Amino acid sequence: MGSKHDSLGEKLFDGMNYLFLAALALITVLPFIYIIAGSFATEAELSERSFFLIPRDYSLSAYHYIFSSETIFRGMGVSIFITAVGTLVNLAFTLTMAYSLSRRELLGRRLIMNLVIFSMLFSGGMIPTYLVVKELGLLDSYAAVILPGAISAFNLIIIRNFFQELPAGLEESARIDGCTDLGVLWRIVLPLSKPIIATFGLFYAVGHWNNFFSALLYLNDHTMWPLQVLLREIVMLSQMAIGDVGSMDPNYVKPPEQSVKMAVIVVGTIPILLVYPFLQKHFAKGMLLGSIKG
Amino acid sequence: MEGAGKFRASNYIPNRKDEPMKTTTLPAEPVIAAGRSDPVPGKKKRGLAGRLKKDRWLYVLLLPGLLYFLVFKYLPMWGVLISFQNYQPFTGFWNSEWVGFEHFRTFFSNPDFGRLLRNTFILAVYDLVFFFPAPIIIALLLNEIRVGIFKRVVQTMVYVPHFISMVIVASMTYVFLTTQGGVIYELVVQLTGAKINFLSDPDWFRPLIILQIMWKETGWGTIIFLAALASVDMEQYEAAVVDGANRFQRLWHITLPAISGVIVILLILRLGNFLDNGFEQIFLMTNSLNRTVADVFDTYVYFVGITQGAFSYSTAIGLFKSVVGIILIFGSNWLAKRFGKEGLY
Repeated sequence: MGSKHDSLGEKLFDGMNYLFLAALALITVLPFIYIIAGSFATEAELSERSFFLIPRDYSLSAYHYIFSSETIFRGMGVSIFITAVGTLVNLAFTLTMAYSLSRRELLGRRLIMNLVIFSMLFSGGMIPTYLVVKELGLLDSYAAVILPGAISAFNLIIIRNFFQELPAGLEESARIDGCTDLGVLWRIVLPLSKPIIATFGLFYAVGHWNNFFSALLYLNDHTMWPLQVLLREIVMLSQMAIGDVGSMDPNYVKPPEQSVKMAVIVVGTIPILLVYPFLQKHFAKGMLLGSIKG
Repeated sequence: MEGAGKFRASNYIPNRKDEPMKTTTLPAEPVIAAGRSDPVPGKKKRGLAGRLKKDRWLYVLLLPGLLYFLVFKYLPMWGVLISFQNYQPFTGFWNSEWVGFEHFRTFFSNPDFGRLLRNTFILAVYDLVFFFPAPIIIALLLNEIRVGIFKRVVQTMVYVPHFISMVIVASMTYVFLTTQGGVIYELVVQLTGAKINFLSDPDWFRPLIILQIMWKETGWGTIIFLAALASVDMEQYEAAVVDGANRFQRLWHITLPAISGVIVILLILRLGNFLDNGFEQIFLMTNSLNRTVADVFDTYVYFVGITQGAFSYSTAIGLFKSVVGIILIFGSNWLAKRFGKEGLY
């Protein structure tokens, strides 16, 4: 796109465009910066200044407060557990099924593929699924949060297509060497698929970390709640006592409620921001894999 | 790929595992050309039992996934039958009384039905009008940026919210808008003097939902359009410049036609999911004061089914939504095929 021929109008457009996009980028990240700043601010500052991005006085009281009881620690532990175990379960279920469906000699392959596709179009819905989980005796167990979403049909189909396009020769020679199908999957197919496994592993992991609804639906026991459910209780419903710093100390001043809430939000957001560079790289690829076929 | 080779390595390589073989010395070509459809040589035709035995590991690998679909997808589909019953958890499925279409009749004659339909429809239209075009416009603007580093920095920043959970987005909204010192609430009071309770005012529910989703997903939504834009042949632009076309003419005659196919497909797919308002988001933003405008089918099913325990009635509502949903999906897919694009299914 030539630049020397630009008319004044075009130059004006360019300038506005840069300004607009810069403003857009700023609007996207400002809320995060404000939340982080606010979580470190003092009560006086929060009530005095309506908006700031750098607090004048730093105070860690909000963080002291939320980490003074075990609630947030436990929630983080639960979230990490669900994310780790859940992602492993997802990958184990999805990769094994995708591999078996990628093989032509599998009897009933088409029927099973159609079952998978139909499950994307029609679902029993929330209540019947809830009743199945309940009848299986999974309520109030982490299996209820992990198993009902063990396979995403969409991911399964993309991975199966990927497996089908792997060069057949490699598998061939492994089989000639005496590998079973299991051995071929483990020694040949999976090592060749590392990038796609990383991509879909991240898809699943972010889903688990951010998942809130199935925990709310299936876990009644407060002590089992992951971070996202706690977040809603604390920030949106203003329920749940989370700290007990100095409850015995008559001079203790509770940190401002707003900055406590902001600190909880920061704790819930930081892990995602830490892995963001990987996410950006792998997700963009994964999304294009999924959306444009062929 | 499959069986494309004229000859197969398997046809002349012994099958026996105990026979010595040197695979490393195999000629490369036949191996590459070999099809995967007949990996184990020997008898061309086997009986069913033989095939099952030969491929037993394949079925072992299939089993967990197949069980998953049967238990967590197909069992609930069969479970929708309770919408024709008066299902009681204590009596169980087999002993509950069958009532035919009673729950459906009750639902369609309930004033809530019209309200749910209206709320769902209005939110979907808002989404289509305000959110849908946003990523297209941003992608076009990003495409006009010539400074690579600026473009990459903007992209990196606007993709972030996509990975943040809805709970965090809703929580931040609460922190910003609360009447107890929310920063945006205070700013609005200072600037206009109006004390607006954004979080419980029904008039603000829909704008908030749309603004949240725009903030969260617009940046990410540009990816697919930027990919389409990247495939446009630069020579077309050069030719247009030679012909004296200005930037806007190039945008109109080259860039837009290049992505119009993607736009149409995404629009059609969105129509297929017309009834699917973001459940988690609406659930999180619903409170006792804004339920008149906030309730949509999915959240209503939750409130009636889970919190009030009306399993059969809420399943009937869910089934109604699923049936309409599948009709919309097939309809939109048919449309997509008519537009000469490959459908999704």
